Amino acid sequence: MRPANRLLLWLLLAPAVLWLGLLIVLPHLEILMLSLRQRVAPHEYAFSLQQYATFFDEPLYWHTFARTALISLLATLLTLLLAFPVAWHIAKVARGRSKALMLALLLLPFWASEMVRTLGWVILLRGSGVIPQWLFHLGLTAEPVELLYNDASILLGLVYSSLLFMLIPLVNALETLDDSLVEAAYDLGGSRVNILRQIILSHAAPGIAAGSVMVFMLTLGNYLTPVLLGGKNSMWFTEQIYTQFITRFNWEQGAAFALLLLVLSTLMVWVGLKLTGQGFGETLRRT
Amino acid sequence: MIPSIPQSARSRLLRTAYLALFFLFLLLPLTVVVIFAFNDAPYPLPPWRGFTLDWFFAQGDRIGLFHDEEMLASLWQSTRIALWVTALSLLVGTCNAFLLERCRFRGQRLLSLAMLLPLVIPGVILGISILAFMSRLAQFADDTWGVELEFLRPGLPLIVLGQFSYIVSIATLTIAARLKRFDTALEEAALNLGASRWAIFRTIILPYLRPALFGAGAIAFLLSFENFNTTYMLTGSDAPLTVLMYGRMKEGATPVLNAVSLMLMLFSALLAGIVYRRKPD
Repeated sequence: MRPANRLLLWLLLAPAVLWLGLLIVLPHLEILMLSLRQRVAPHEYAFSLQQYATFFDEPLYWHTFARTALISLLATLLTLLLAFPVAWHIAKVARGRSKALMLALLLLPFWASEMVRTLGWVILLRGSGVIPQWLFHLGLTAEPVELLYNDASILLGLVYSSLLFMLIPLVNALETLDDSLVEAAYDLGGSRVNILRQIILSHAAPGIAAGSVMVFMLTLGNYLTPVLLGGKNSMWFTEQIYTQFITRFNWEQGAAFALLLLVLSTLMVWVGLKLTGQGFGETLRRT
Repeated sequence: MIPSIPQSARSRLLRTAYLALFFLFLLLPLTVVVIFAFNDAPYPLPPWRGFTLDWFFAQGDRIGLFHDEEMLASLWQSTRIALWVTALSLLVGTCNAFLLERCRFRGQRLLSLAMLLPLVIPGVILGISILAFMSRLAQFADDTWGVELEFLRPGLPLIVLGQFSYIVSIATLTIAARLKRFDTALEEAALNLGASRWAIFRTIILPYLRPALFGAGAIAFLLSFENFNTTYMLTGSDAPLTVLMYGRMKEGATPVLNAVSLMLMLFSALLAGIVYRRKPD
């Protein structure tokens, strides 16, 4: 390598190393170190696993953790079920203008910020909001019912926010499926269920994996939607992290929580990719 | 099923109904946000009490968006943050793209994977880890040299760094994808004709990359403007828009929030329009 090229390489390498080093690697090491210590006296710390012990001893904490994971999983599944028929329609049935229009309509809510979407759901679901008032006026309920601040409203908001991240990879995957495969299977007498399972789903597997992994991760790390749509009942784990760090100023505990969430998130991504035999880089580039 | 396969009228009807419901579901929240920005009532809730532009222009009992000092200040704060994040992301993203596509060195594959890592870390964790690490640096500077490094405390610089830490990954992907398709024969021809490396970069590669830079810039700006998770952990005394809106929503929303939301939607639509019109492929 010529010296000039070598210099150029180092110059190009510098920003990347600074970025990954100072903003990703070292901060996470800091979190790891914080989570493994305990205050023994003012300004004096000792190594300890106390923060993690507290997590397992205190039911509130691990309940919230498990609940967050479970709801995220459920939200991912629901998103997939809701999105699949639409993705199929866009990829295989719609043509030309109507296809472009549908894609634009899909993108619309996601160009509006999460705050705007959540505000919309609050206006729709609150006891004095649009849907409860309608139900009341139509005589379906004796009085306006509060539809906000429960698990269903959290789930609804999360699914709504996730749809795009599921749809785009699904549409991309389905578009590459050759129609004649489906036709051949049909001509040879394959049942609809078999065609769906053996041809369509197996072909779309990479897209399903990419979408699901993305949605699960985003849902798990979401803060705004569960807190605003769940109110006091939200019990979302990121909220616990915020409370420990910012409200209680208990950085050691907060760091342990953050690390646990990170481990869960990474684990699920890994499992999701292993199950479908996908590579990490491939999957992310797809979305 | 695909159109070439025969299908009963009933299942076709079912599918159309499903699609209609799906798009209704998708657009309903945005529609109510827009409608209640114009409702003549102190809360963005039914019943409809008549059309008003108070929530944009009023100045008196009701304070409209354009006279809401706090809201305007937060908009400006968000804009400054987004401009910084966009500029930094494009600069570093371009360097990264060249590093990944044009250089060969040991550990390149590993580095290219590491560059995707920030996308799988939850935003809240990015935020607090940077907060904790920068506080340690500030503490260290204070203890050893007795200097107070204000920019390492929560505030604009930290928000910029926090958002940049993952947005640059997206910028890198976008720019690298386009650089990969660049025809190097053009570059060789220019070299043969005696052009300098710098001249080639400026007159051939940069114009070629422009659409990707434009797209990546728009996305970076938008992601930064809308970011909440990371920003919330790093905000000091001057709240950017999303953090301010969150605070107000917890207190009880007023239609001013709807008015801001409408402006945000219009702005994003504009940005989206520009990006898609310029997209050559």
